Amino acid sequence: MAEGRAQKAASSSAGARRGQSRTRSPARTRSPAGHRAASGGEDPAVLRGYYRQMVLIRAFEVRAAEMYTRAKIGGYCHLNLGEEATVVGLVAALREDDYLFTTYREHGYALARGADPGRVMAELFGRVDGLSRGRGGSMHLFDPGIRLLGGYGIVGGQLPPATGAAFALAYRGGPGPDRPAVMCLLGDATTNIGAFHESLNLAALWRLPIVYVIVNNHLGMGTPVEAAAAEPDLWKRGCSYRMPGQRIDGNDVLTVREAARAALEQARGEYQPVLLEAVSYRLRGHSVVDPAKYRTAEDTERLRRGDPLPAFRAGLVADGTLDEQAAAAIDAEADQTVAAAVDYADASPSPDVSTLFDYVYATPVAGTYQGLPGDPAAGTGEGSQ
Amino acid sequence: MAVISYRQALHDTLRAELQRDENVLLLGEEIGVFEGSYKITAGLLAEFGPRRVRDTPISEEGFTGVAIGAAMMGLRPVVEIMTINFSLLAIDQIVNNAAKMRSMFGGQASVPLVIRTPGGGGQQLSATHSQNLEVWYAHVPGLKVVAPATPADAKGLLTAAIRDDDPVIMLENLALYNTRGEVPDGEHAGQIGQAAVLKPGSDITVIGYSRAAVIALDVARRLATDGVSAEVIDLRSLRPLDRDTVCASVRKTSRAVIVEDDWLSYGIGAEIAATIAEGAFDYLDAPVRRVAAAEVPLPYAKPLELAALPDAAVLTRVIRQTLDATRYPR
Repeated sequence: MAEGRAQKAASSSAGARRGQSRTRSPARTRSPAGHRAASGGEDPAVLRGYYRQMVLIRAFEVRAAEMYTRAKIGGYCHLNLGEEATVVGLVAALREDDYLFTTYREHGYALARGADPGRVMAELFGRVDGLSRGRGGSMHLFDPGIRLLGGYGIVGGQLPPATGAAFALAYRGGPGPDRPAVMCLLGDATTNIGAFHESLNLAALWRLPIVYVIVNNHLGMGTPVEAAAAEPDLWKRGCSYRMPGQRIDGNDVLTVREAARAALEQARGEYQPVLLEAVSYRLRGHSVVDPAKYRTAEDTERLRRGDPLPAFRAGLVADGTLDEQAAAAIDAEADQTVAAAVDYADASPSPDVSTLFDYVYATPVAGTYQGLPGDPAAGTGEGSQ
Repeated sequence: MAVISYRQALHDTLRAELQRDENVLLLGEEIGVFEGSYKITAGLLAEFGPRRVRDTPISEEGFTGVAIGAAMMGLRPVVEIMTINFSLLAIDQIVNNAAKMRSMFGGQASVPLVIRTPGGGGQQLSATHSQNLEVWYAHVPGLKVVAPATPADAKGLLTAAIRDDDPVIMLENLALYNTRGEVPDGEHAGQIGQAAVLKPGSDITVIGYSRAAVIALDVARRLATDGVSAEVIDLRSLRPLDRDTVCASVRKTSRAVIVEDDWLSYGIGAEIAATIAEGAFDYLDAPVRRVAAAEVPLPYAKPLELAALPDAAVLTRVIRQTLDATRYPR
């Protein structure tokens, strides 16, 4: 059953990617309804696909929060709530042969890229059928089949390896429109850490096929961007590395997709790295346990206005891309998919303790210490050899 | 077998591996045009070009992480970090990424990476350029840490490290680069995780690694002329640690001294002493002793530097004390 759902999710996202026009939209005007008018030539089926993905992410994350409060999910749990347009737009710009590195706020990226929702939820539950076999949890989703090369828990930690993946692509061949590229996500606060600057410098110096995307949700945990960054126009930080970039409206899925697609074309076609800044909002706290008491009244109003999902839905209904019935059907389908994902995760067993030392090494050395707490590290020589 | 230097053994191994496997590449500061701070990579840029021998900016976190990402994609990068002191700039990448990716991604990622870096004091490089921080890495599951003491092991362990699918920290030592020894010709891949008995003996076991193993062997040979039969163990691999070889030796000799260039507290010697306590307690005739560096940031002034570092004279004294001991302290 889970496989069937996965194929459905994968095929819908892959279909959306295939269905995209490769021509640039001429206008950057934005309808108040939250997306540019479908008269821009966008295939209505593609738009409905984006809506389907955004709704799935919303439903998944709401349910993940609930599962956290019910102690099905432990540790940290960071949600993409409010960032659905950014997530879906970015992933829509990726080709199947591109690579994706994400932060610890990543469930939506895995889902949009086509990961099985049941396996994502199973990872959150810490079960063997999880995307990382229950070893990683919410922050460390990994799926080589969709070239999702990890969620990373240390702020900035993903940038050097993502840059290294681009290095490997460049090592194996020159630029061209058919070459894969790397997309590396980061949060606004990450632009203050050394790994960000070292990575951008190396990518620009060595001309690597990578697009860095800052998802600027205005807050690094509880610290506003302006209190942390001396240059709060974060995309401008790429200028130090002669790296092109721009700030885009992360609430507009098509704007995000077009900017990311153009950036990826530059990255793969010229080996010119790009820095994008998608301005987005997170609707909840930093993680599930954060009540976000630092939010001001102005923030709250901005959030209310900034929720991309109802705006996108209303726009699609208004311009006839979706009728209310079809939209409701998509909403219901997402709820069913997430309910099935929870069932799948619940049914998946926890990893057996006997597998504790699995995967630590690719080539373990025979006879080395693999003790549990309380076990001696060395045998006494009598019967222990 | 040719007699060559430790430096030459490293150089020749890098060259052979670059020739053998297109996926092997070198990254590091000043390894190309400058030919390496310690000339390990001399001539390799000219022979293999900048694609395979990549000079990096001074960005340890950046280029070490780049190597990790490249390794995830199937390349086999060999990173030179100019000295182990500078690896601290890259420690997040090494500890939080290289060591953990395979495990935390459920066995779906491999990081076949080698980080070569020399440690060691005694060159009047003072506090920030003379440290022995290998225990920091030896502490971390997911990493392998090797520390060759001889030119032969420099070749064998570097070859093994490059061909290993796990991230390997290769501890070199400034004081060993010019030492010479016999090195097997042709193919010679060592076994990571196996200690070596450099000299068999029956009275006492002396355990060291890297430069300290060389000191231990020198001392043991001199003591032999005095009728003392010391067995010398070169750990060679700090993670995984070959506890069996250590314990088997101590069960035979009943006495043990550990010599190490790192600081005493929480050091490699502490781990060895605990291993002996668990694996050979009933066989011991004397307390296990450790000879390690004085716990100060290493000073510049030569007399202070000399006083702070273990040497043959100190090791000889502690071995004699251990042989004489019925109780400790006396």
